[in-house]
Amino acid sequence: MRAYIPAYDLRVPGSLSEALALIGREPGVWQPFAGGTDLMVLLEAGKLPHKKFLSLTKLADFRGIECTADAVLLGALTTYTEIQAHPILQAEFPLLCTAARETGSIATQNRGTLGGNVVNASPAADSPPALLVYDADVELVSERGLRWLPYHGFHTGYKKMQIAPNELLRAIRLPRRAQQWKQYYRKVGTRKAQAISKVCFAGAARMENGTVRDIRVALGSVAPIVLRAVKTEAAIRGNRITPDNIAAAKGVLAREIAPIDDIRSTARYRLRVAQNLLQEFLMLLSR
Amino acid sequence: MEEKYFGHSVERKEGRGKVTGRAQYVDDLAFPDMIHGVTVRSSIARGRILGIRYGEGIPWNEFAIVTAKDIPGTNEISLILHDQPCLASEFINHPEEPVVLLAHPDKYLLEEARRAVHIDIEPLPAVFTIEDSLAKRTIIWGEDNVLKAYHVDKGDVDGAWATADVIVEGEYRTGAQEQLYIENQGMIAVANPADGVTVWGSLQCPYYVHKALVPIFGLPAEKIRVIQAETGGGFGGKEEYPSMIAAHAALLAWKSGKRVKIVYDRAEDMVATTKRHPSRTRHRTGVTRDGKLVAMDIDLVIDGGAYATLSAVVLSRATIHSAGPYVCPNVRIRSQAVATNAPPHGAFRGFGAPQSIFAVERHLDQVARAVNLAPEELRRRNFLHRDQTTATGQIIHEDVNFDGLLDRAFKESDYHAKRERFAKENPGATVKRGIGFSTFMHGAGFTGSGEVYLASVVELEATAEGCVRVLAASTEIGQGANTIFSQIAADALGISYDRIEVAQPDTGAVPNSGPTVASRTSMVVGNLVEKAALDLKKTLVESGLLCDACTEDEFVRACKRYIETRGPLRTRSQYEPPPGLHWDDTTYSGDAYGTYAWAVYVAEVAVDTLTYEARVTDFIAVQEIGKVIHPVLAAGQIEGGVAQAIGMALYENVAWREGRMANGQMTNYIMPTAADIPPIRVFFEEQPYPFGPHGAKGIGELPMDGPAPSILNAIENATGVCLREIPATPEVLMEAMAGKAGALV
Amino acid sequence: MSETVAKINIACIVNGARQRVQAYPMARLLDILREEMHLTGTKEGCGEGECGACAVLLNGAIVNSCLVPAIEADGSEIRTIEGVASGDQLSAVQSAFLECGGAQCGICTPGMVIAAMALLARHPHPGDAEIREGLAGNLCRCTGYQKIFASVVRACKTSGEKLAGTR
Ligand SMILES: Cc1cc2nc3c(=O)[nH]c(=O)nc-3n(C[C@H](O)[C@H](O)[C@H](O)COP(=O)(O)OP(=O)(O)OC[C@H]3O[C@@H](n4cnc5c(N)ncnc54)[C@H](O)[C@@H]3O)c2cc1C
Ligand code: FES
Ligand code: FES
Repeated sequence: MRAYIPAYDLRVPGSLSEALALIGREPGVWQPFAGGTDLMVLLEAGKLPHKKFLSLTKLADFRGIECTADAVLLGALTTYTEIQAHPILQAEFPLLCTAARETGSIATQNRGTLGGNVVNASPAADSPPALLVYDADVELVSERGLRWLPYHGFHTGYKKMQIAPNELLRAIRLPRRAQQWKQYYRKVGTRKAQAISKVCFAGAARMENGTVRDIRVALGSVAPIVLRAVKTEAAIRGNRITPDNIAAAKGVLAREIAPIDDIRSTARYRLRVAQNLLQEFLMLLSR
Repeated sequence: MEEKYFGHSVERKEGRGKVTGRAQYVDDLAFPDMIHGVTVRSSIARGRILGIRYGEGIPWNEFAIVTAKDIPGTNEISLILHDQPCLASEFINHPEEPVVLLAHPDKYLLEEARRAVHIDIEPLPAVFTIEDSLAKRTIIWGEDNVLKAYHVDKGDVDGAWATADVIVEGEYRTGAQEQLYIENQGMIAVANPADGVTVWGSLQCPYYVHKALVPIFGLPAEKIRVIQAETGGGFGGKEEYPSMIAAHAALLAWKSGKRVKIVYDRAEDMVATTKRHPSRTRHRTGVTRDGKLVAMDIDLVIDGGAYATLSAVVLSRATIHSAGPYVCPNVRIRSQAVATNAPPHGAFRGFGAPQSIFAVERHLDQVARAVNLAPEELRRRNFLHRDQTTATGQIIHEDVNFDGLLDRAFKESDYHAKRERFAKENPGATVKRGIGFSTFMHGAGFTGSGEVYLASVVELEATAEGCVRVLAASTEIGQGANTIFSQIAADALGISYDRIEVAQPDTGAVPNSGPTVASRTSMVVGNLVEKAALDLKKTLVESGLLCDACTEDEFVRACKRYIETRGPLRTRSQYEPPPGLHWDDTTYSGDAYGTYAWAVYVAEVAVDTLTYEARVTDFIAVQEIGKVIHPVLAAGQIEGGVAQAIGMALYENVAWREGRMANGQMTNYIMPTAADIPPIRVFFEEQPYPFGPHGAKGIGELPMDGPAPSILNAIENATGVCLREIPATPEVLMEAMAGKAGALV
Repeated sequence: MSETVAKINIACIVNGARQRVQAYPMARLLDILREEMHLTGTKEGCGEGECGACAVLLNGAIVNSCLVPAIEADGSEIRTIEGVASGDQLSAVQSAFLECGGAQCGICTPGMVIAAMALLARHPHPGDAEIREGLAGNLCRCTGYQKIFASVVRACKTSGEKLAGTR
């Protein structure tokens, strides 16, 4: 226990308006606290400089999974356990369910939230690649009202994102796709369970007569943010899956990502594995 | 003697306390007057202390503050040498060196205070690798950075090269490994000049702590008392380091007049306490065309860290095991432990043997390839048998049936069929499978004259209620010592298991049965328990209160009568070496161990060529360990050791940054989870050892030795890639596979 | 020194008994259980959510109590290892751990028992993969997990336990 706990405040507003008023009055002073699975670890390590927190647990509007004809809306407080258990997510958004199942342990999945994973903005987070592949939007709320943003572009740099200090992430929306997309997700972690990603890859594509009509590729742990590899997508879109095209796409990917050496892995490893996973994904499309 | 309990899986003595959460570990103990202590450490690897500053905003007058000058006796943690200070006073030799101790009732405030202490250090050049230490450009320890060196010479290696058809060389490396017991280290102390010093803690060796505290306080030995609390795993990690924490807690208690508890958090435990010694081993082996070893030249170096601690003993075991269980007429071993500016490396299950067995067992697969023999065939042609001699010239007086062990292991693992199948299926497969094995031994008990020198003692005491209490300093650390002692005593006395109690290890109340290390507790101390128990029964019989074939009730009545009429009923037994053991410390030759456990381990792996992850998919452990005392505990020891060794082989990597562990969190230091460990199938061959209780030998460390080389041998079988270092992380495997397949994109 | 906030009142039900304590809002539930309520069966192995030694059931769901701030315990129902046996009568999971050698040093055992209970509540007859997944959040350095798997299998055979309401 390294932090000076008596210095930390945690308030639990009973309603959204109360919460928004608090962060509206003193923007930046009160930081949201959801499941705490990122924040409590920092606290424990004595690496949580911020001292005032605002618990979101009582905000009913932030909970639940809602399905309409053309989208699924996940409250920011949706836990990994809830994601995995949801039949429509299982059927239509399997990559997100896999990401949830491969995040931490059951105990972490019971507490950790999707909103927390997004706003924590770790480049090694495991659900953002799935969210990018699914063209997710995020809903931000402040005293001034609601706004929707495409999730792609939400993260602008290492731990930087398009959310103001007086805003909260309320929900994540996944559009339901009419056509069949082939989907692929693979997390390469430090061990088989309860692992942080060294490379995480999500991909989806719509095939037509052996040609890639549309495609999404997103990767974690290979850049300062979880990255949608748009250049790599462009290199593949409209093409057939041939050995030459695969090699070319791998070359584009190598230039698009920027992996680093750290205590978990090496840049060379991340690059090579990212390319290999892209190849595995593309091979899947050709089948 | 009837074996009513021996050989059966009775309920473990302290099991109920453990499954209900009632067992009290050190951090569970609380006392009304207790305050908390923390350690402030150096920030750099090597330097001279210029001063200590206490920052603003902390009510320092409320704190007990201890530095080196507060030590009433000598400032050292005495173990083998006296080079390690209890608190650094002038020089810093590693980045986690303790300098200042603080105590306060408020745990939270204590952390704030710890951050506010600044130690100014003038940096000095430091040494971080075996190579830099050997280069001796910077001398950081003694005259030459060498903590200890051994020479073993058997036959004439230089003369033998000429008789070899092939000479095979190789260099092998193993990394540091963290013990990672799940209970962090901790101690509680009371200390004052009138009553002396008493400590309670998580520890393996009460008398080591006792020995260390005596000079620090300059008190007579009887004024120091060390008591073991329930201990949540040790694996060697709680062999020598607890002396440091005990001393720190006691110094704070001495200064504050209060009871002081120091419990490390995980981060501190990981970075500051000992780890397995990193090693580098070079083999040069001469072999004839038909696969006979004619010369083994072995150069072994281990990294001891900043102080000598136990490196000499670890090096000794590493040295003796480095030529493996083979008979070779000419062997030369040169071994050294060298200093670096990292926290001292220390005891860890296997104690040097896993390092040197990794090297020799990887190397023999290369030797086999060089002479076109299957790896098992090469080994079969060189296995040690009865009446043959080991590298130290020890003549083996027991039957050693390695061929039988190998046959059994191959049958259980379906080795040959799998090798064939994998060879067929691997080409073109993304996930390549392989199978590999290792054959090895582990010396039971202390090396050489160690047991004679220890002269361990056990006592037994009967109570008026007819219970018998075992008094020994051997600690229960999860391995089942309490249970095994009780089984042995109950059978010797012919009474029920429930009538045996094992006293809490307390240097004020139990004799010194030696440290709980070196796979010696069941074999050596268990034997003493048996002797003392037989003696106790004999005393009752000879006093006329009991006949030899008695019922339990008669035993109970006899104890009661004896105690009423003659006073306490206590017996004592002391270690005597098996006859005919000779060891020469100067030439490092002779009977290194009373006996050995012998084993063949087979690992099956799957290597994903997209992610370079190697996973162990099946594991077979076949061993001859004398008689099995408790099948469930014995299998549990093997399984636990194999799992730790799988960690060592594939996952557990200490990321060093200038002598400091940079990944000191469980999230970044990767130990295997339930999802990473394959089925571990354990088989025992039993051949009674005449000098162990009912024929038992030691087993605790054995399972640490064999897995890493068998896993890497299996990886080579799967991929054709010859790895010579562990941990074989995916990053390492990728570089090796890329090296084989051509450059990276 | 940093400024401090006021302690808050926390009322909850632990192992069926009402508890009231005062704590800093961000204090760890783990410390509240161990230090304020003297329920030391729940252990700290890492304080970072990795080891599972601190696992408890919070409103029926397994959580790592080192990552739960005190304030969230207010109004909750908690079950710790101390609430698993009824008196001297061990639960099926506990007995199985005892018989199969699932506990060696025992420091991971309270968390393992809680995790095994949560697992059996989700999958009353778990397969090998489910057992491994269900226990992967609880690190054990002693057993190599084999005897723990065996304990879980044994427990589902003998289980007459009330696991309802647990996930
Ligand atoms: C043992 C362990 C294992 C883990 N394994 C993984 C893993 O495998 N993969 C992975 O991706 N992550 C993993 N994590 C990290 C963590 O669990 C996830 O990032 C989780 O989703 C965070 O959610 P939370 O609700 O707990 O976030 P919190 O800790 O409560 O918050 C995280 C951040 O998000 C902000 N925040 C939270 N909610 C909102 C909101 N609605 N609006 C605005 N800001 C908000 C907070 O202010 C904070 O900065 C692991 C953590 C632990 C402890
Ligand atoms: S102490 Fe909470 S998970 Fe390790
Ligand atoms: S029994 Fe010791 S950690 Fe599991």
